[in-house]
Amino acid sequence: MQTNDHILQAIRIEKTFPGTRALDKVDFHLRRGEVHALLGENGAGKSTLIKCLTGAYRRDGGAILLDDAEVDPRDTFEAQTLGIGTVYQEVNLLANLTVAENLFLGRQPRRFGMVDVSAMNRRAQELLADYELDIDVTRDLASYSVAIQQVVAIARAVDLSGKVLILDEPTASLDAHEVAMLFRIVRRLKARGLGIIFVTHFLEQVYEVSDRITVLRNGQLVGTRETANLDRRELIAMMIGRELAAEIHAPRAQAQEGPLRYRFRNYGRKGRVRPFDLDVRAGEVVGMAGLLGSGRTETAELLFGAHRADSGEAEIDGRAVDLSSPRAAIRHRFGFCPEDRKTSGIIGDLSVRENIVLALQARRGWTRPIARADQNRLADHYIRALDIRTADREKPIKLLSGGNQQKAILARWLATEPEFLILDEPTRGIDVGAHAEIVKLIEALREKGLSLIVVSSEIEELVAYSTRIIVLRDRAHVAELDGNRITAHQIVEAIAATNERRTS
Amino acid sequence: MKPKYLPLIATLVIFLLGYALCVAQYPNILSTRVIGNLLTDNAFLGIAAVGMTFVILSGGIDLSIGSVIAFTGVFLAVVLEHTSIHPLVAFAMVLTIATLFGAAMGAIIHYLEMPAFIVTLAGMFLARGVAFVLSIDSIPIKHPFYATLKSLYFKLPGGGRITLIGGLMLFVFAIGIVLAHRTRFGTNVYALGGGTATARLMGVPVAATTIRIYAFSGLLAGLSGIVFSLYTSAGYSLAAVGVELDAITAVVIGGTLLTGGSGFVAGTLVGILIQGLIQTYITFDGSLSSWWTKILIGLLLFAFILLQKGIIYVSRHRRQPA
Amino acid sequence: MIATIRLYFNRLLPQLIALGVIIVAVSLVFPGFLNLEIQNDRLYGSLIDILNRGAPVVLLAIGMTVVIATKGIDLSVGAVMAICGATAAACITSGHSVAATLLITLAVGILCGLWNGVLVAVLDIQPIIATLVLMVAGRGIAQLITEGAILTFNDPGLAFIGSGSFAGLPMPVVIWLVFGVLIAMLVRRTALGMLIEAIGVNRQASTLSGVLTPVLLIAAYVLSGLCAAIAGIIAAADIRGADANNAGLWLELDAILSVVVGGTSLLGGRFSIAASVLGAIIIQAINTGILLSGFPPEFNLIIKAAIIVFILVLQSPRFRTAFSFLVPARGASKPSERAAK
Repeated sequence: MQTNDHILQAIRIEKTFPGTRALDKVDFHLRRGEVHALLGENGAGKSTLIKCLTGAYRRDGGAILLDDAEVDPRDTFEAQTLGIGTVYQEVNLLANLTVAENLFLGRQPRRFGMVDVSAMNRRAQELLADYELDIDVTRDLASYSVAIQQVVAIARAVDLSGKVLILDEPTASLDAHEVAMLFRIVRRLKARGLGIIFVTHFLEQVYEVSDRITVLRNGQLVGTRETANLDRRELIAMMIGRELAAEIHAPRAQAQEGPLRYRFRNYGRKGRVRPFDLDVRAGEVVGMAGLLGSGRTETAELLFGAHRADSGEAEIDGRAVDLSSPRAAIRHRFGFCPEDRKTSGIIGDLSVRENIVLALQARRGWTRPIARADQNRLADHYIRALDIRTADREKPIKLLSGGNQQKAILARWLATEPEFLILDEPTRGIDVGAHAEIVKLIEALREKGLSLIVVSSEIEELVAYSTRIIVLRDRAHVAELDGNRITAHQIVEAIAATNERRTS
Repeated sequence: MKPKYLPLIATLVIFLLGYALCVAQYPNILSTRVIGNLLTDNAFLGIAAVGMTFVILSGGIDLSIGSVIAFTGVFLAVVLEHTSIHPLVAFAMVLTIATLFGAAMGAIIHYLEMPAFIVTLAGMFLARGVAFVLSIDSIPIKHPFYATLKSLYFKLPGGGRITLIGGLMLFVFAIGIVLAHRTRFGTNVYALGGGTATARLMGVPVAATTIRIYAFSGLLAGLSGIVFSLYTSAGYSLAAVGVELDAITAVVIGGTLLTGGSGFVAGTLVGILIQGLIQTYITFDGSLSSWWTKILIGLLLFAFILLQKGIIYVSRHRRQPA
Repeated sequence: MIATIRLYFNRLLPQLIALGVIIVAVSLVFPGFLNLEIQNDRLYGSLIDILNRGAPVVLLAIGMTVVIATKGIDLSVGAVMAICGATAAACITSGHSVAATLLITLAVGILCGLWNGVLVAVLDIQPIIATLVLMVAGRGIAQLITEGAILTFNDPGLAFIGSGSFAGLPMPVVIWLVFGVLIAMLVRRTALGMLIEAIGVNRQASTLSGVLTPVLLIAAYVLSGLCAAIAGIIAAADIRGADANNAGLWLELDAILSVVVGGTSLLGGRFSIAASVLGAIIIQAINTGILLSGFPPEFNLIIKAAIIVFILVLQSPRFRTAFSFLVPARGASKPSERAAK
């Protein structure tokens, strides 16, 4: 393989965030005229790598070569002028401007100092014709579907840069028809000699359109393979966990199970997760496995009432209950650690103490404040019990590391003495030590008789603590594993099986 | 029809309906004389509102314009009464000062990342404070050049007159429309209103654009001050209190989203005319009290906020596949 | 306990220093500034005057603090003051008792707050826009009530609120002191304060933790309306009349300024009512001080603007990151540090 075959090379890229190593000497090579899929679960380092390539992040080490010349873009705009264009899932255009203005912002054709609107519109029309798009370019971008916005973004990026096109989850909100249109465009650009990086979590799309695949996990390069030679099972194993050979058996499959407590029938919400049935016993950990976007987070949010279910009933101990809001769920002693700690979990400026007592205080109502001494006692108790590393309980929580923030949010719920705890990715983005402690805590809570739902993309971890596993795929619950069937191998099989059924 | 024209059309329809209602009751309102006066009486407000439109389109706000108008008036009065500087030179001086003043506020907003609301509030105090320091009395301007300027008008059929300042307002609106829709600067203003972070990613020069927007608003506030001093033939540091509020209201009634990114300069003109029409009607009526102006305008404001909320809600839902 | 007091004191230190500097500066120029004397069982003197004249802004600042803590803003308080002043005057002149007048007026203020709160919390309209509606229409409503005239009254009971005295202090001072302490106790002795701060910092996370977000948001605007009502009554009682045009004019800006001078961030979150009250007193002290020290009053606004700019620059995120080693916690800064910049 000669070097001049490569249009973009990233060599030993390093990036460290406080507390985590986001990229650990990752190599990535993109050829001219290829579609290169970049895969990995959340937190694997995909988006960090992309941001380093486009200059949105400053890398801590390593080099980027574009056409064999070293480049060092300082921001996305500079990367674009160098030749690296990016299109994100959340279309990064201005929805309030017209299609033509979006395409030519900053380089509108001018006549006598005035923007020549008709020339601009004509050129926009011509440009989009290359992309099979015949639309009114004088309308606001907002009036078009996400698919069309996506294509406009691609047209702009290619027109501006023309060497490398990075597509970051472009198909997440498109339907099958729109995906097909997008892929026709991608193939055409490939034929024109562009190097295309394609980030997605839809495996069948990877097989449909990509030439090579690079997998990242925990900030490290797992490997780069030819798509044609990589079996689907092997790919999933590369993405989500160690080697399949190292099977860990769930030791607590025989563990004592309590009575059935929570019963959800035909529970679902349009556009989020298809109606499902779910029973949870006391002293049980139900793991939710599935790839990103499979409906696992949506299930967790629905159970907690963060989004209202539009079908089905919920019962606790045989009695019908209303779980239409977080407050309602909390009244029934539910607790929920959300996936995105920063936007939905921590209250950044408030102290560790306040973050810990918040849910308990909210449930008691504002008229019955928790005495300061009790707050201190609670906070100190959980800081010690969960080993939250903080100088003192009055430190603003935003200054803590991710793992310690996560423990504080767990403490927030434990303080309410919950009976049903929903944890969405409780170990994401936290260091190894905290990771092990949270796993231990989940076990301890189960032994105390709590019912837990845990969403995780780490299969090994799910195997270690779940008494039962629900496999999700395409926003539906598709399989349930229990007893001896809880193995990493079986989970991967279940995810892959449904994958194959879909594509065949 | 494009949904973005909906608020503009709603404004226009309200204005025409209102005008028709007024005419039905007082046929005299349908005369070029009334229209001419409508333009003359609202000239200073209209000119300032053009600047405000740009500021709001970019997602900001400028609370200082009323004070800048007062400062300009006092500055002109003091200079013209105490020196022999020609009014045109004085105009150039005061426009320069007002523009620099706006640019400075824009620079503070951008570089110190402070909310426009507070920065321009400080600007509001500062400009009026300087006006107070120049003079606390109302100073009449008796320069002959002023009389000449005031005597200039364009005669309309039917006895109406478009005075110099009324015409100037229309001219400023024309300039504003061209600037907003036919220049890169204009598109950049909309881009900032659509989202500063995205605009920066797309290569919009955020610093330069922000500074220019507030400089432009300052310039027009200065021009509005000149018009106001022509209109009143005096400079008074307590004048034009609350003009910023009237301008903001005109902009919003004119169909511009107060959160920025969407709207039309032409809409602001209609907004100004609606406010003027309400006042004219109340004057014609004689028995109605002036406070109904404020209540009506408040209600209109509320209606437009709801209308825009509704448009955003509907367009968001139409686009999302179920 | 002592630690808590020290913490509290540290929080207020910058404001206390600023106030101290202003008082010392003015008393150097105007020696009579610190004099206090008792006439007819009531304290007189410039310092008392500051506390008395500052009453409306202090009251508005109390409500504004809570609203700003939720990441909101209330532009309508000046107009609500005018409405409430007009309501009080209209009630008393139409023969209602003082008690009924006060109750009706406070209810009107609460209603205004409710309107703002519903727009913000239920219709999810940006606070600055939502409260603009009442800011524009409110003064018209007030004029509607007074029918354009300055509605005067002579009821000694109502006038007492503006010009009477209690325990040697002017009534307005007594009212804001009692009310301020009450509200501060209400938010700090209950869990309200913490829940409001949580909403201001992260509304979504608070809702997910079970905080009753919409109700608390509405409550914040209702409190602001109530504060404006009391301020409106005081302003009307002081001049024994309701001036719909001028009552509370531009006081919303002074109130916001007080909160900012008090060190509460406009971005919401941590708040201190005591600090905002001090902020309002600082602003009044500047106003009175400039007047007394023989400076022409026309410099008032310029000095005010300079002080805002100075405080805001200290609080600006850019400045703080660049000079974090100089500026301790909350914009607490000494002149030497400014020079170092």
